[in-house]
Parts: sequence; structure tokens; C-alpha cells
Amino acid sequence: MKLREVVEILDATLISGNDLDMEIVSACGSDLMSDVMAYVKENVLLLTGLVSPQVVRTAEMMDIKVVVFVRGKVPGENIVELAEEKGITLMSTDNPMFIACGKLYDAGLTGKGVW
Amino acid sequence: MKLHYEIPANDLTYAGEASSSVKKKLVQLGIDPALVKKAAVSMYEAEINAVIHGNGGFADVEVSSDRIIVTITDKGPGIPNIELAMQEGWSTASDEVREMGFGAGMGLPNIKRYTDKLDIDTQIGEGTKVTITVEFNKRL
Ligand SMILES: Nc1ncnc2c1ncn2[C@@H]1O[C@H](COP(=O)(O)OP(=O)(O)OP(=O)(O)O)[C@@H](O)[C@H]1O
Ligand SMILES: [Mg+2]
Repeated sequence: MKLREVVEILDATLISGNDLDMEIVSACGSDLMSDVMAYVKENVLLLTGLVSPQVVRTAEMMDIKVVVFVRGKVPGENIVELAEEKGITLMSTDNPMFIACGKLYDAGLTGKGVW
Repeated sequence: MKLHYEIPANDLTYAGEASSSVKKKLVQLGIDPALVKKAAVSMYEAEINAVIHGNGGFADVEVSSDRIIVTITDKGPGIPNIELAMQEGWSTASDEVREMGFGAGMGLPNIKRYTDKLDIDTQIGEGTKVTITVEFNKRL
């Protein structure tokens, strides 16, 4: 599905990045960055309840292009700047983790994004 | 090509800068993206460990046409039991570190999985030196 649909489904607010035509095939939800680095495959969308610069760093290392902050969490300016510098799209949704994942899965984003 | 980076202690905002810089250089050199990722993720895990467990230190990186060797040296407490530290899920990370998203006990196992060679040289009370090698020419 297109990133545009992700934004609609999650009623998300875009924080950085603007390529809404980007194709998203799989997603993963985690608050533990080393778990993300252990299991994530190419080009996933990462949903996380963790707001820290290390989320952006982890995304950078793993070639993750999109990060969705769940439960209404909004990253600070230093995180947004880092994401812009790395070309990583950030968005925020009021949905909690379980609901956000469920909505995307239900809408057809079923690639599990892990090995 | 030889690179040297300082890794400041207890600064989880800055942590990852060295790995980020190395990743960029490997991309510029035209190294296979899958190998770049392995090297970058492994160096990043070791860099984070030096910050959160090892009071900071420094990174030395040697890139040649057929491999990258990264050495991360810290002056921290050392690792009392490497076998335990290598186990998936084993972690002594503080609550503060866990709140930053680390402490899954997956860092060292990840490095092991993503690299061709992992060498840990550690002395209690003196520090830890983690050396990782990723070969570029080996078939995946
Ligand atoms: N440089 C180091 N100095 C001292 N102890 C270390 C060092 N690196 C790792 N350790 C010890 O080994 C344990 C396991 O390390 P590992 O990187 O696998 O997990 P972690 O850092 O605790 O969590 P994660 O990497 O999943 O965020 C650590 O909790 C710590 O006790
Ligand atoms: Mg670690």
C-alpha cells in the first residue's frame, strides 16, 4: 500500500518527509531497537512507542524509511532534524500500538517484515 | 582507508554518529548495500554498548577493497562472563537505558549474526575491545 493510505488509515500527522507515493509492503512494531535490528527485513515501516534519537539511528542503519510514533507521541526537534538529515519519514498517530498494527494489517499490510 | 572516532560516554543523543559516518563512506565506496547494512548495524550495536556499558571510548575502522575491520575500545568495567553476555536476552542495562530502547540483550548476538568475525577482548576493571570483521567478497 502507498504511504498515503497508511496516513489515512492511522489518521496520522506527517512530521517529516513528503513522499506519500512510497510503496510500503511490510511493517513491524517494537520498542526495543536491538530487536528491530535482529529481525527486520528490507524496507519496512516501523511502528514504535519509543521516542528517542536512537529510533532514527536504528532506522538509518536498517534502511527503514518510515517511522510511525504511536499513542500520540511527538518527537522533539532534535529527533525531527536528525530524521530530515537522514531522509527518514516520521509521523505520529493517536492510535495505540496494538490498534495501529491491527488497522494496517486489516487494510492488507500483512508482510511481517521479519526474517 | 583508516578512520578514527571518539565515542563520548553516556550520551545517547550522539551515540551512533560514528557508525552513521562509516555507513555513509561504505555507501560512497559502492559496497553491496546488504554488506553495508551488516557492517553498519554491527558497528552501531558495539558503539551503543560502549556508550551504555563502557563509559565511552573510541572506534578505529579500517576499510580495504575486500573487508572492513571495526575495533571499538572502551575503558568500562569489562564483561565478567562473555558466554552469558552472548546469550540472546541477557542484559544488565539500567532502567534509564531501557527507556531509550536498549537492553533487549540482543546487541552482541546481532553482531555475531551479522559479521564474519567477532572478537571480544575484555579485562575486568579495565575495559573491553570488540573487533568485528565483515568480508566484502564472500558470497552471502
Ligand atoms: N562494552 C561493554 N562493557 C561492559 N559490559 C558489556 C559491554 N558490552 C556488553 N556488555 C554486557 O553484555 C550484556 C549483553 O550485551 P548486549 O549488547 O547483547 O545486550 P544489551 O546491550 O544489554 O541490550 P541490547 O544490545 O539488546 O540493547 C550487557 O547487558 C552488558 O552486561
Ligand atoms: Mg547492546
